[in-house]
Amino acid sequence: MHVQRNASRSLMVAGLCAAAAMAASAVQAQEDTITLGAAVSITGKYSTNGKNTLDGYQMAVKRINEMGGVKVGTTTYKLAIKYYDDESTSARGAQLMERLIAQDHVAFVLGPYSSGLTKAIAPVTEKYRIPMVEGNGADRDLFTQGYHYLFAVLNTSDYYLREAVNLLAEQAERIGKKPSDLRIAIAIENDNFSLDVRNGVMEDAAKHGMKVVIDDKLPPELNDMSSTLTKVKALRPDMLVVSGHDKGATLAVRQTSDQKVHVPMLALTHCDSAQVAEKLGAAAEYAVCASQWDRSLNYSDRWFGSANDYAQRFEKEFGYAVPYQSAESTASVLVYADALARAGSLDPQKVRDAIAKTDLMTFYGPVKFDDTGKNIAKSMVLYQVQGGAYKVVAPSRWAQSRLVFPAPRWEERESAKRN
Amino acid sequence: MDNLAILAQAPVFNLQLLVDGVLIGALFALAAFGMALVWGVLRIINIAQGEFVMLGGYVVVYAAAAGVPPLAAVPLAALALYVLGWLLYRAVIWRVVDQDLFVSVLATFGLSILLQQLANQLFGANVRSVDPGLGTLLLVDGSISVPYVKLVAFAASLALGVALVLFLKRSRLGQAIRATSQNARAARIVGVDTDRVFASTFALNAAICGAAGALVAMTWVIHPYFGLAYTVRAFMIVVVSGLGNLAGIVAWGAGLGVAEQYAGFLLGAQFQTAFVFGLLVVILVARQLALHRRRMVLR
Amino acid sequence: MKRGPNAYRPAALAALVVALGLVAPWVFPQAVTQLAFFWLMVLFALTWDVLGGQTGYNSFGNVVFFGLGCYATALVQRDAGLSYFTSLAAGMGLSALLAVAAAALLGPLILGMRGQYFAIATLGLGTVAADLFAGWDYVGGGSGIVPALYPGPIGERNRFFCYVLMALALLTFASLRWLYGTRFGAVLNAIRDDEDKAEAMGLRTTRHKVAAWMLAAFFLGLAGGPVAGLVGFVDPRELAFAGTSFGVWMVLMAVLGGKGTLWGPVIGAAVFHVTQELFWTYLLGWQRVALGLLIVVIVVFFPQGVLGWLRAQRPQWFHETLDEGAAAAQPAQRDEAGMRAHERTA
Repeated sequence: MHVQRNASRSLMVAGLCAAAAMAASAVQAQEDTITLGAAVSITGKYSTNGKNTLDGYQMAVKRINEMGGVKVGTTTYKLAIKYYDDESTSARGAQLMERLIAQDHVAFVLGPYSSGLTKAIAPVTEKYRIPMVEGNGADRDLFTQGYHYLFAVLNTSDYYLREAVNLLAEQAERIGKKPSDLRIAIAIENDNFSLDVRNGVMEDAAKHGMKVVIDDKLPPELNDMSSTLTKVKALRPDMLVVSGHDKGATLAVRQTSDQKVHVPMLALTHCDSAQVAEKLGAAAEYAVCASQWDRSLNYSDRWFGSANDYAQRFEKEFGYAVPYQSAESTASVLVYADALARAGSLDPQKVRDAIAKTDLMTFYGPVKFDDTGKNIAKSMVLYQVQGGAYKVVAPSRWAQSRLVFPAPRWEERESAKRN
Repeated sequence: MDNLAILAQAPVFNLQLLVDGVLIGALFALAAFGMALVWGVLRIINIAQGEFVMLGGYVVVYAAAAGVPPLAAVPLAALALYVLGWLLYRAVIWRVVDQDLFVSVLATFGLSILLQQLANQLFGANVRSVDPGLGTLLLVDGSISVPYVKLVAFAASLALGVALVLFLKRSRLGQAIRATSQNARAARIVGVDTDRVFASTFALNAAICGAAGALVAMTWVIHPYFGLAYTVRAFMIVVVSGLGNLAGIVAWGAGLGVAEQYAGFLLGAQFQTAFVFGLLVVILVARQLALHRRRMVLR
Repeated sequence: MKRGPNAYRPAALAALVVALGLVAPWVFPQAVTQLAFFWLMVLFALTWDVLGGQTGYNSFGNVVFFGLGCYATALVQRDAGLSYFTSLAAGMGLSALLAVAAAALLGPLILGMRGQYFAIATLGLGTVAADLFAGWDYVGGGSGIVPALYPGPIGERNRFFCYVLMALALLTFASLRWLYGTRFGAVLNAIRDDEDKAEAMGLRTTRHKVAAWMLAAFFLGLAGGPVAGLVGFVDPRELAFAGTSFGVWMVLMAVLGGKGTLWGPVIGAAVFHVTQELFWTYLLGWQRVALGLLIVVIVVFFPQGVLGWLRAQRPQWFHETLDEGAAAAQPAQRDEAGMRAHERTA
């Protein structure tokens, strides 16, 4: 009896030691990984771009880990992403951010897709004092709230099409007009991002003295903008601005073509993620698109090389042409990699301070934050669809090709095709 | 109202709105016809009507991607949806046919959510469309543009409507359907297999919606969530014109289409859907008040 | 009418729920938001059932009152320039007032319709409200409103609103429990059973229906403000007038638990909420599909709900509680059968 009890006791002790060792090694394994938390729109209206965002994050993590990970102080860490589906709704987004921070104990957060979601989540990260680096929430309101823990690598949404307005003003003489004679039509989806795009356009239009003759808001479920286009035919504006995420781009291209609505410049957002040139063919010719980034720009960095290298790598990994939403998501992770190394610590406050001092060139563009968290070093580009490809036409420093303005009338395009 | 001024100054645009409205109204009328059929025969309101339209659209999108000429894909969509409708009837609908209307509303609402979300998962949330490559008809010096495909859709809707009427009048199944809608018990007594009739009717409705959806995909754009608006429009048209009134359905369908175009033009596209739903509420209230005078209720 | 030990069951159960509700936020701090939403779901289901299960008018548009509440409170917080808690209280007061007024105005018009017309008309209402608010710049249009930030750490904010919502849910429950035992409750049930006969008897059906809707609106309006404060962002389509989520879930929860009863909606809310959270965690990407499937399954196979099913399995539980849940138990059972018979002959 006595012997048995001793034996069972030592067995128990051995078991405990083994368990402790396993636990310790598990903790050890945990400690070699830095987890970045994220809310991603896997379902709901933003699910396509949500996937782009997630793929961007995964691409970055894969590459960084391939290259050895991130060295913080004396330890090298691998990165990992922990994410939940925010269902494209703000209530869920805020809820899961809390789960990530309070339950899953992530100390670093990546942004969601869309300004609305970022707006809902920012107060949470701010209160918990957890830094958030985001690449897909471009609403400028985000930067007027006095947040200290929010950093955005992308240009704010009001900048998307300002360049188009300015370009239009420059080109005014080609159609024999003064900038102040020009008339603009705007049709946007009634959400945060697009409203900001509109505000940017209206501000710059006002600067040039241009008149806004149509100011329509399209509801999210609409699949037909013909009544707006009838107005465009009636009023003959010089530029039609359409911003409604992918749906807006597709609808605008398809219906202006179907209804033969002629505008000298059709300025859109989200053309490349909607793949208008690939999917809608000739109808997309001459459309002008805003973009945060393009693969032909000659930015480069030590992880991915040039922008084009990144694009090729992405396409190989995920099987589709990389939209800028993915590129900016990747850039967000790169900012963390850089900041963590500079901070030399995993303390969120120290990392946050390191992020604030970022001055980094990436394949996506230069990143430097002002004290509200905006990236002031990068600028937007404008493409035009020419010959089925997206050519950068502005700013002139990066232009690959000359803008075709005014876009040829539909009848001319038909006869040009025939000839 | 500047928009009103535009219409006054350039009356030709009224024509554009009218044409657009009537052409899209034909598709609404199709969906409404199917809903009336199901309502009259099975005595249920199919909230998933719009989702059948949506799925019909996706059939065409995928068929076109596989190389099938878009117009040939319309009967394909109808067939596919017929099968789906029949399967859904056997799985779910037969259980709610003899329960109160609310149960069918809720059940089909659940079905609509299921179908929407399934479509979102399987096809993605992106908008899709199919270009049948038919070109555009330009009238009045280019001021009026009518894509040929809209004309084709209109003609197809009419043809389908006529075919359905003839089917219901002449064919055996059609007569069985009408008999069942008049009095299910009596029909059963005379030897009509009402269960088969119900299944065929529901499947037929799905096929009609599928065809309509195929036309929508070619004429506009589709995405997984546009179904509810079609359901509401179909319901509205049926309520206003009455269950058995085919001519009324066509007329009110066209009327609704035109009203929507005007609403979008005058009030701005953001209020177009609100207008449709608001109109529904107004029509129902007006109906109710009219009946109330005679101490009756809307049943 | 003997009072067996089972007679105390509902009271004991209620006390247990309250006790758990008070303690849970401290024991499970990471689940506080989920808990807050649980109380909201209970409130949604209970208020829906007033008009739905008890009166027989199935509304898909109750979410309008909730949305009005969200917006009214957020607006007061934004514009009235009062301190946080004062503006919250004032906002909630205004919310309740506006919601009740809306019900009073819309009620006589919409409640004149029966059955499916009423259901679809209310569905229309929800959508119209969402689009109107999304198009109105004063309330932020499509961008929505960000209500005032809670003056304290986030854990405290969530706990605070969790308790507020719990209080509201309990208040709703208590009020309805009292109401269903009064003559008013009986009239509502009479309307449900056979409205024409009720009218013929001389009961003022319209007045009662509108009053019932106003009552539901009152609680829904009150709930809007706390939820806006908890979520931190009022989106017209996704939060305030979320017809295809909240609007439908209300109906579903009551049906799931057993409509026309007092505890039915509560049970339905609990089961639904837990199921939904599980779906969201484990069925990533497919949770909405699962939800649609769940709706179909519940409606088709369990139209009498959990309570109805329990009653069929263990009728003695319900007979024993004759004293406590008198309004809930027997009449509802009779009424469901009666309603079905009525529908068949109609």
